[in-house]
Amino acid sequence: MAKINIKIEGIPYQVEAGLTIMEAAKACGYEIPSLCTFNHGECNVGSCRVCLVEATGARGLVASCVYPVAEGMEIKIGSPAATEARRRSVELLLSNHNKNCQQCDKNGNCELLHVATLTGARDDAYAGIHSETFLDQLAPALVRDTSKCILCGRCVERCKNAHGLGILGFENRGFRTIVSPAENRSFAKSPCIQCGQCVNVCPTGALMEHSEIDKIDAAFRAGKHVIAQAAPAVRAALGEEFGYPIGTPVTGKMAAAMRRLGFERVYDVNFGADLTIMEEGTELLHRLTEGGVLPMITSCSPGWVNYAELNYPDLLDHLSSCKSPHQMQGAIIKSWWAQQNGIDPKDIFVVSVMPCVAKKYEKEREQEKVNGIPDVDAVITTRELARMIRRSGMLFQRLPEEDWDADIMGDYSGAGVIFGVTGGVMEAALRTVYYKLTGKEHEPIELEAVRGHEAGIREATIDINGTPVSVAIASGMRSASVLLDEIREGKSKYQFIEIMGCPGGCINGGGQPYVRPSLLPNEDDDIIDTYKEKRAKALYSEDERQTVRQSHNNPQIIELYDKFLGEPNSHLSHELLHTSYAGRERFAD
Amino acid sequence: MSGLNAAAVKQIEEICGRYKDEKTPLMMILSDIQNEYGYIPLEVQEVVSRNTGISVAEIYGVVTFYSFFSLTPKGKYVIGCCLGTACYVKGAQNVIDKFSEILKIKPGETTEDGLFTLDALRCIGACGIAPAVSINGTVYPKVTTSQVPEIIDKYKAAE
Repeated sequence: MAKINIKIEGIPYQVEAGLTIMEAAKACGYEIPSLCTFNHGECNVGSCRVCLVEATGARGLVASCVYPVAEGMEIKIGSPAATEARRRSVELLLSNHNKNCQQCDKNGNCELLHVATLTGARDDAYAGIHSETFLDQLAPALVRDTSKCILCGRCVERCKNAHGLGILGFENRGFRTIVSPAENRSFAKSPCIQCGQCVNVCPTGALMEHSEIDKIDAAFRAGKHVIAQAAPAVRAALGEEFGYPIGTPVTGKMAAAMRRLGFERVYDVNFGADLTIMEEGTELLHRLTEGGVLPMITSCSPGWVNYAELNYPDLLDHLSSCKSPHQMQGAIIKSWWAQQNGIDPKDIFVVSVMPCVAKKYEKEREQEKVNGIPDVDAVITTRELARMIRRSGMLFQRLPEEDWDADIMGDYSGAGVIFGVTGGVMEAALRTVYYKLTGKEHEPIELEAVRGHEAGIREATIDINGTPVSVAIASGMRSASVLLDEIREGKSKYQFIEIMGCPGGCINGGGQPYVRPSLLPNEDDDIIDTYKEKRAKALYSEDERQTVRQSHNNPQIIELYDKFLGEPNSHLSHELLHTSYAGRERFAD
Repeated sequence: MSGLNAAAVKQIEEICGRYKDEKTPLMMILSDIQNEYGYIPLEVQEVVSRNTGISVAEIYGVVTFYSFFSLTPKGKYVIGCCLGTACYVKGAQNVIDKFSEILKIKPGETTEDGLFTLDALRCIGACGIAPAVSINGTVYPKVTTSQVPEIIDKYKAAE
């Protein structure tokens, strides 16, 4: 790429031609305040004016996020004119904002507050009437509060990019403009899959997960047996909330922290993941050998299940009937564990810590209850767990490394760990299916062909005793819909498909810590491109560290079937561990 | 949400088909639907979404952005009172208030008998004859409040 000469604050630099002023300035050691810093096309309109700078050859101040550098350009970022203009831009954004920062769970990760601090926008410079606001708290997973929305449209773009869905859009005009599902409906009454990708990109508290910390407090107060279980992907990201570099696994400290929060038991959902593989692997074997509906599609991702029920009700027979791992494990806690400990299931309160917000919805489903008792009572995100840890005064980095509780369901295999990344469920299932069909373990254990960390489609063919099994993996609904349309048209060549709602799988779930480059000065400049890979590596490394690498070799899983469930897909398994699906109206009344 | 009948769906699909080769067909499709059906409810937007691949939220955004499009059925006669600067200075607010008072509807609403819809318009480019009122394409110049009852009666008498 050709180099050109520019000056910033009078100092000469050579930068690549074709960069925007903001990109060029970053290369020269300047970070211009912005609400979009390197967010990759999820905003490219330059309308917020937070990043205004002076540039020779331009008329007036320019938005550095979209204005390209040119040969000989002299740029002023810190001049009184530029700094005042940026401050005024932020003051204008704040003028229609509720400014209740102390009541907001985005506080600490709020990009609006960050640019307000950077630009010195402290006064209520443009006080006046505010637009009419709306608060949607009906959906179990998501809360939308337009009093905090700055109409940046990042959520609109993310929903489209990740899923091709476009649930959110701009509605009305001028002062009455809001970002909302069509008709200003609740997420609960729109075709929203409640994945929470919009929450991850929302710079303010306008889009948030529906917090359930209060429910947990109430359960403790009521004297319930409060049991916590954490999903694989949480360990790969929780550390980010406490200053660890992205991709640092913090399994031991997380177990220690959860124990100190007062949970009677702290379990790893990896056990549930192993159990899922036993059930789902067996189901796949039956379908393969007895002429069942193929391809079979995984069902651990509630965002994906939502999407299927709303958009492909004709294909629901393809979904595995297995509940997701935390629901299975919740059902076992309230049956087998309760029985072993002589506790009435009604007195048990199961808390799942998840990288996901759709799980908050999933646990409410009627099909996820056994005799009217929900498998799981509360779901909190990785971010909410961090909030609970912070408010309890723990210094996370000083916690010891501890193990999960190991009674009844402490063991887990490496196969369970990798559930948290796209392709992981597929790999875990194939390890077990291969063994069941051949009597031998797959060598090497790792099935590199199905691995990845990005959205899009991957496919592979695994040779099992001379029979080729074709598999495909998709994450994000934009990719998934391609595979689903093939099935609908009768053109699918696969036997087994893994689909995850969020692009990259659970490591990039809607409940994971926010990746905000402007708030992560110690991470690399390209962190927005690499964080998924780093989190995925944290999980694969934990798989490699495990002595047991296949679900069917987990000794406590073997014991659970021997002493309680009988065999995979048994009558009792079906009662506790399997579920059903039904098509739903896209715009329900 | 109640669905559309098969015939209606087919008609909407036919309209979408008219512009299948256009790069940005949405405005044209919505204009035709508005002209031919008088309004564009969510059920119709869903059919347009399926046929164009444009999300319902985006279509809804366009429908609510332009005042030409309507989410609810309009009356047989749409009374558009211009409230642009020139008309406003010349007393257009009193004119629209008079329509409102007699028809017992607010701007944006339709009378119960479905006969009249009252709309407040921004400049319609008829400043020379302000205040202007446009009813189904017929423009009434320099309207005064005293003329309002007779204008309404004229349309009622035609029924």
